[in-house]
Amino acid sequence: MLGKTAGGLLWMFRYLERAENLARLVDTGQRIALTRPDRSSSEWTSVLHTAATKHAFDANHDAVTGEAVIDWILRGRDNPGSVVSCIDAARMNGRLVRTALTREVWEAVNEAWMTVTSLLSRRIATRDLPAVLNTIRQRSAFVRGTLHGTMLRDEAYDFSRLGTFLERADATARLLDVKYYVLLPSAAGVGSQLDNAQWEVILRGVSAEGSFRQTYGQQRRPALIAKFLILDNRMPRSLAFCYSKIAGNLDWLHRAHGLRLPSQDLSQDMANRLSRATIESIFDEGLHSFLQDFMHRNASLGAQIERDYRFSA
Amino acid sequence: MNFDEMGGPDGTVRDPYAALAQWFEAEDPARLRSKAREADELFRLMGITFNVYGDPDASERLIPFDIVPRILSAREWVRLSRGIEQRVRAINAFLQDIHHRQEIVRAGRLPAAMVARNEAFLSPMIGVTPPGGIWTHIVGIDLVRTGPDQFYVLEDNARTPSGVSYMLENRETMLHMFPELFEGNRVQRVNRYPQALRDSLAACAPDATRDEPVVAVLTPGIHNSAYYEHSFLADQMSVELVEGHDLRVVDGRIAMRTTRGYQPIDVLYRRVDDDFLDPLNFSPESLLGVPGIFDVYRAGGITIANAPGTGIADDKAIYSYMPEIVEFYTGEKPLLENVPTWRCSEADSLAYVLDNLSDLVVKEVHGSGGYGMLIGPAASKRELAEFRAKLEARPGNYIAQPTLSLSTVPIFTNKGLAPRHVDLRPFVLVSPRGIEITPGGLTRVALKKGSLVVNSSQGGGTKDTWVLEDD
Repeated sequence: MLGKTAGGLLWMFRYLERAENLARLVDTGQRIALTRPDRSSSEWTSVLHTAATKHAFDANHDAVTGEAVIDWILRGRDNPGSVVSCIDAARMNGRLVRTALTREVWEAVNEAWMTVTSLLSRRIATRDLPAVLNTIRQRSAFVRGTLHGTMLRDEAYDFSRLGTFLERADATARLLDVKYYVLLPSAAGVGSQLDNAQWEVILRGVSAEGSFRQTYGQQRRPALIAKFLILDNRMPRSLAFCYSKIAGNLDWLHRAHGLRLPSQDLSQDMANRLSRATIESIFDEGLHSFLQDFMHRNASLGAQIERDYRFSA
Repeated sequence: MNFDEMGGPDGTVRDPYAALAQWFEAEDPARLRSKAREADELFRLMGITFNVYGDPDASERLIPFDIVPRILSAREWVRLSRGIEQRVRAINAFLQDIHHRQEIVRAGRLPAAMVARNEAFLSPMIGVTPPGGIWTHIVGIDLVRTGPDQFYVLEDNARTPSGVSYMLENRETMLHMFPELFEGNRVQRVNRYPQALRDSLAACAPDATRDEPVVAVLTPGIHNSAYYEHSFLADQMSVELVEGHDLRVVDGRIAMRTTRGYQPIDVLYRRVDDDFLDPLNFSPESLLGVPGIFDVYRAGGITIANAPGTGIADDKAIYSYMPEIVEFYTGEKPLLENVPTWRCSEADSLAYVLDNLSDLVVKEVHGSGGYGMLIGPAASKRELAEFRAKLEARPGNYIAQPTLSLSTVPIFTNKGLAPRHVDLRPFVLVSPRGIEITPGGLTRVALKKGSLVVNSSQGGGTKDTWVLEDD
């Protein structure tokens, strides 16, 4: 496979995952705004931080309002990290790697692009927002589903999956990091309304309210939430889960190519760290610095994969 | 009155269209209308689009597809394909000759200036024989029809003919939408083309090839107007689709950067023009090509399809000599006719053209895509005056032809069937193993009533083209 094609596949799935996570993030912001209007402005600020676009937003706006943030994150053409920019980029990468995709996957991403860009061509009214956010998530999930159901398990599949999980790991870590202070044991004003709202944001942001409840019942201790999202290997958006997948896909590539590359060692290191760590050891190290270090290593791994598989000359 | 391929105004239907006409009579127009919309949806979903340069709002457009097929009988096709094969053989012999001894010039059948002073003549190819002796691996011959037995070659596309993906997708779409039509009509299949293309390219592999020839398609990139076709063909042939920046010279070969390192390519089906192929040897500012590819090529390290320099055969001044060219190299009378052509570089012809401008079609010698041409009968006084000035300033840049009464085939409109002018581009593959022509080709149709311009860049559409089995 061409190095460029490997890169195109990885980025196509990264952008789709990013669009999907952004839709979740806007959904949590809107949820807080509707249920706890007193907190909405600071919540929208934290949404901007989680989407890593606070600085760019401020450069283009005078004030943080729900309407402006939603528009910027979903429709901002000047925002390279908006849903519409991500869907554009996903589809452009899809065109670039058209020959490596099955017809189903290509048509799914092309249709995702047609549907979502058309939905986002006009400002979204509040009453339409839930349906729009749903469609974004569904379209992304549909592409992932066609990948699952139709693609040969060869390197094209591995690079696609790497894109999904590198992005997902980053998104989960970022969501946790922006809220890390409410997860610290010292911040646990146990059961207070305010903290519950924050936890709700975190769990809803990874679509995990239900699965958390199934796992821990009515317990809502912050350490459990952190443990669930960082270390629980059954939780498909946890850091540990993402890294078991990343290490697995890199391992398949290693077997197919018969050559062990630095990216395999980096991912294996991280997967091992996550499987050995306990939530107590992470809190001892400091949650914030743990997450910062994780995001840094995750980005380095992305760059190493790019070099190992010759994405560019 | 022009010739309609389906039938006369008195309601008679020509034989090849008999089954189609019956089917159409029995169909509910409302169902056909909804089918026509469905076709548009299918094309958009599959991303079968082309890019329009300089039009950011409509950067990806669909080429309109008309659901009424254009039908040729087996007998008509046999005649056409013989003529096409003869012409393509002559074009290859001509290209070999003008880059070597130029016998045709020595014999006085073609003026020396036509070659030596031709912008499209690529002097670095002098003395080069491409692998297998093949210059034009893929050719599209544009044909028009004026009567039951009267076909003309309008132009030769020996450089990088496009449109074959539409030939294939149009058939797929018809099979999907109207399977019943293929029960009542036995249509010769076209879907072998991608495999035939790959086999044909592989048969032209250079001496340096070690194992099974590695073929790749070279595209200028996703912003090129024909990118869809490039990716379609690479996909259908199961070969890599590469851009210039994926390639470099490694150990005297052209190699592509794969996830496992650089792998040599044996045959490069390039959809990049000569000028952009090699920044070291040709256009230095080009980012689309591969520095040094031309040196590798001349040393036998890679096959470039079509060979550099083939564009001279598309030149419209050369076209006017095609009857002589065919006769010179095949020793036979041309089976396909040329449209009578006045070369404006010649004083007598220029005088005639200027006197009769409003009856003629005037074309740029190196033009393509329907740009830069004048259709006399449809032009305003001002357009005629402007073109007259251009002709007087640079006569050598133009040729002129009579306005032909092009045949029509019906298209499906909201008011039922309506005749529109068409042309036909059959696709030809050339290798040392022989010449292979896919039955049919791409029919382009002018969607505007009375219009003679069929180019997709100017509002033309396409049709599925059927060649019936012998019965």
